[in-house]
Amino acid sequence: MSARTLYHKLWDAHVIAEVDPAGDPRAALIHVDRHLLHECSTHQSFASLRASHRGVHRPETHLAVPDHAVATQEDRLTRPADGAAGSQVAELARNAADFDIPFISLADPRQGIVHVIGPELGFTLPGITLACGDSHTSTHGAFGALAFGIGASDCATVLATNAIVQRRADTLKVELRGLPGRCVGAKDIALALIAAYGAGFAAGHAVEFTGEAVLRMSMAARMTLCNMAIEAGARIGLIAPDDVTLEYLRGRPMAPSGALFEQAAAYWLSLRSDPCAVYDREVSLDLAGLEPMVTWGTNPQDAVPISGLVPQPPAEIEAARQHGKTLAAMGLAPGQSLVGLPIDVVFIGSCTNGRIEDLREAAAAAAGRKVAPGVRAMVVPGSMAVRRQAEAEGLDGIFRDAGFEWRMAGCSMCVAMNEDRLAPGERCAATSNRNFEGRQGRGGRTHLVSPAMAAAAAVAGCLVDVRHAESAR
Amino acid sequence: MNVFNTLTAPVLMLRENRIDTDVIFPARFLLLMQRDGLGEYFCRDRRRDAQGSFVANAIDDAAVQGAGILLAGKDFGCGSSREQAVWTILDFGITCVIAESFGEIFAANCVRNGVLPIVLDAAAIDRLETAARCGGLTIDLVGSTISWGGPDAGSIPFPIAANDRERLLNGWDETAMITCRWQKDIIRFETAQRRACPWLYEESCL
Repeated sequence: MSARTLYHKLWDAHVIAEVDPAGDPRAALIHVDRHLLHECSTHQSFASLRASHRGVHRPETHLAVPDHAVATQEDRLTRPADGAAGSQVAELARNAADFDIPFISLADPRQGIVHVIGPELGFTLPGITLACGDSHTSTHGAFGALAFGIGASDCATVLATNAIVQRRADTLKVELRGLPGRCVGAKDIALALIAAYGAGFAAGHAVEFTGEAVLRMSMAARMTLCNMAIEAGARIGLIAPDDVTLEYLRGRPMAPSGALFEQAAAYWLSLRSDPCAVYDREVSLDLAGLEPMVTWGTNPQDAVPISGLVPQPPAEIEAARQHGKTLAAMGLAPGQSLVGLPIDVVFIGSCTNGRIEDLREAAAAAAGRKVAPGVRAMVVPGSMAVRRQAEAEGLDGIFRDAGFEWRMAGCSMCVAMNEDRLAPGERCAATSNRNFEGRQGRGGRTHLVSPAMAAAAAVAGCLVDVRHAESAR
Repeated sequence: MNVFNTLTAPVLMLRENRIDTDVIFPARFLLLMQRDGLGEYFCRDRRRDAQGSFVANAIDDAAVQGAGILLAGKDFGCGSSREQAVWTILDFGITCVIAESFGEIFAANCVRNGVLPIVLDAAAIDRLETAARCGGLTIDLVGSTISWGGPDAGSIPFPIAANDRERLLNGWDETAMITCRWQKDIIRFETAQRRACPWLYEESCL
């Protein structure tokens, strides 16, 4: 067989049938091995199953957990639930019970964001196809899983059939060259990549991240990178399984164990792209000299190094008009420095940067310091397991002492469906993934940064270069 | 699902790049649990102020009332996978979106709901915009053409994957189609996968 990429191996292993070989040769019915569900994108999927009198094909292959709309205050289990959010969470519980789907409740110690708990539990495995009604499902590609976001209708189809019609994507190899410097991580790399090539540059492609920097990354960093693939337009981000992947998975509750793990591991390691495999497209990014990144606009591509300035308007008239609109929404002027820009809120968390490694990084930048007066700063762990781990390491103490709110797990201010949201005009340094207009609350202004940069901003009361903040200590 | 065949309708122009699904359907309305009647939330924060009063905006312009076709820029519907972004435009009355490119999940969701997503280059959309200002456009999915009347009457073809075209023309329910056509193949696949990757079927792994 000819040389194949990781993506092609995953695709080939899951094709059930071709759909229309003559008319649409890339379309195939593919098997969906695992499916994650949250409260916000599946109520209509279950409604449609009920309306059409369909059951769930293999309930045990799904896992449901509330994350989007849940409260994150420490007393959330005893405080009265917000009406609409409470009903949505209750509806997920009812649907899971009615259709025999494994369900993790808000009170369950395993609760957390789908994209954090899937890997944590070993539900996410290399070599599988994994779907979820959530665009950041690309996160799971960090394990060498073919993972992609789908809509509510497709969730219903996956529930009923464990299958979905997809069109085979083009492949795009992203080669990260060299190694990043101090305080420059996966989030900065993702933002720099999208800024360099444009928000939609990877649309229609399955992106595979390669290079020495990727090999050296922890699974958490790899997940951050693949998580942001969707912000580059790609539904699928991928990293080849290696020893780091295996070590992460060994002993996870839902991962295979013993001889079965070894059998699976041999298969997983065989998935890496063949040396001579050809990609449809290749791009690269030099990491040497890369600075911590920060966004200034309302799309992740609007990112500059922290030493940079708000860009001047482009020459083309329509583009200049949009630029002006963006700056008006962000309350910024062309040529303005990002360093020193006062912020009101700091949000550390999300499926992008809510893992223990992220919290360690943030805690290191906050240790022994205080959140600046007037700044509201919160740390929202990606899962309750991350929260417990952070507490075991004393990170919660560092955050609390510094004046950060220490929260329970959920999506929180990344999607602003619960009470955690920005007021109009508030400016936020956020470790989340989207700076879309109104994303963190109507009229809010979001600057995407890494966990270290967010913590440094909380302490300084304004955007700062965490490297200088560090060396000033 | 609605069948899409031909459509003649006025055109709404939102030719801005990267109108994401948070703009199309702000996240706070995701707490609503219905799929019908969501049209009033379409681009809500562009159309109403914080108190809920209408502000002057392109979408509610009297000239484009009854629009059934939307002309957009690059990456329309990028971002979140929320299908509410399609349900809201559908309830608003739009069943065809023409853009330079789409968020992929949004485009897939369109097809699942009988909304036709068409990708054309900026020059072609410019031409449609000019034509639409003198009246509506007619989309013919059978012939895969977009046409317009008036003094400069004309038509252009548009590309569409055979698979999507068939679904839209027939209004197929995806789940019913898969079940009907491939039920046995799915079982056969799973039997083979259980042998090749037994860990995926271990009780402890589920």
